[in-house]
Amino acid sequence: MSHKSMNLTLHVWRQKNAKCDGKFVEYKADGVSPDMSFLEMLDVVNEGLIGKGEEPIEFDHDCREGICGTCSMVINGRPHGPKERTTTCQLHMRSFKDGDSITLEPWRAEAFPVVRDLVVDRTAFDRIIAAGGFITAPAGTPQDANALPIPKENADLSMDAAACIGCGACVAACPNASAMLFVSAKISHLGLLPQGQPERYLRVRDMVAQMDAEEFGTCTNHGECEAACPKGIKMENIARMNRDFIKASLTCRPTTTGGGAG
Amino acid sequence: MSVAEQSIAGAEARGHGFLASSVGRKVVMAATGIILFGFVTVHMIGNTQAYLGAEGFNAYAKFLHSMLHGAGIWIFRAVLLTAVGLHIWAAVTLTLDNQAARPVGYRAQQSIASTWASRTMRWSGVILAVFIVYHLLHLTTGTVHPNFDHTNPYANFVSGFKVPLAAGFYIVAQLCLGLHMWHGVWSVTQSLGLAHPRYDSLRRSFATGLTLLVVGVNITFPIAVLTGFIH
Repeated sequence: MSHKSMNLTLHVWRQKNAKCDGKFVEYKADGVSPDMSFLEMLDVVNEGLIGKGEEPIEFDHDCREGICGTCSMVINGRPHGPKERTTTCQLHMRSFKDGDSITLEPWRAEAFPVVRDLVVDRTAFDRIIAAGGFITAPAGTPQDANALPIPKENADLSMDAAACIGCGACVAACPNASAMLFVSAKISHLGLLPQGQPERYLRVRDMVAQMDAEEFGTCTNHGECEAACPKGIKMENIARMNRDFIKASLTCRPTTTGGGAG
Repeated sequence: MSVAEQSIAGAEARGHGFLASSVGRKVVMAATGIILFGFVTVHMIGNTQAYLGAEGFNAYAKFLHSMLHGAGIWIFRAVLLTAVGLHIWAAVTLTLDNQAARPVGYRAQQSIASTWASRTMRWSGVILAVFIVYHLLHLTTGTVHPNFDHTNPYANFVSGFKVPLAAGFYIVAQLCLGLHMWHGVWSVTQSLGLAHPRYDSLRRSFATGLTLLVVGVNITFPIAVLTGFIH
């Protein structure tokens, strides 16, 4: 390791629980290796705090390889920090300079209440998924992969949308705390494939209704979500969701009953 | 309550209606926005007749008041008033929802993709609303006009802009219109779902072109009067 170690000042949001008021507390992070990941740097700071008998900084993390979307925190005003398409766990300290001051805050949204320090409760996303982010799949032996023809373009666009890891950076970055990039990614991911067609127009109405019920904000087309997304989800998905929602609202009919069965 | 049960409760809210939903109100915002952008474009084209002199301009004003035996202008006014009302209703309710969605802000939020125009939509919108009221009192009813003559719109136009403060407010309002249109025209396409990589650059340039045209021409009217080009 040829790089010199760095000394940093952290301004961290500390909050005991959802009910208590929080405040920023300053910590020194000395002797940080540029090859550490951001979370490893926090681990070192926490070891120091534990050694001194203080409460460690609580933060969410799980896979530490950029695919689970758990490591939510706003670093210097940007969700997951300064590097494009990079989660906090994949961010390395070489992205910072010796003597830097770093502000750490939790995702800020009414729908994401702070659990403690940098940890927020993102079950609002789970409820949106449960409202319609699924398909009715026949259980049993899987059919041959090529039994269902899918245009390459649709498969690609669907996979691009499916890259969403549900981290919530879009909500955190949006000046309105809107979840439309997340919801539209899920709607696109399923709606572009034949398996997603049976519930396509029911899904968009259910998921938008749940999104509204969770009190997320609405899109004002700033584009901050797209810029913050660690997986590069495009705003085109929001347009697709709007398109599907308009069609669904214009063509919805009362629940059909007979179905030709008598 | 399990996650699934909570979602079912949410799904029951599906019937909460198009106009109550976030996306539905965005669509109302976009649809009324199209009417309003269409109007300012036609308004700008009509006003270029100021360069034809008093006769042409007054004849145009007379035509507007007499088309469809005088009903035409009231149909236009009714449509515009409804569009403005719905546009403001959507803006106010969505803004309140958006503010409630982030009760605690960030100490330092960095803007990466948003523009000054997109961040000031609420303010440019409020200034435009004030301007529209002033504009109607100034050149439609003449209430705040120094020497209004109901029979001579051209004279009202010229003498109205000879007051530098009034002309200045028109110019400032036009710059606000520019900010509002530039973000708004593009946003319309996004809110109505009209996105496609093949036309994406066209959406941006259409918004820029229409904005420059409408604001660019509109701004020449007060300037032309102030400089004595129109007299």
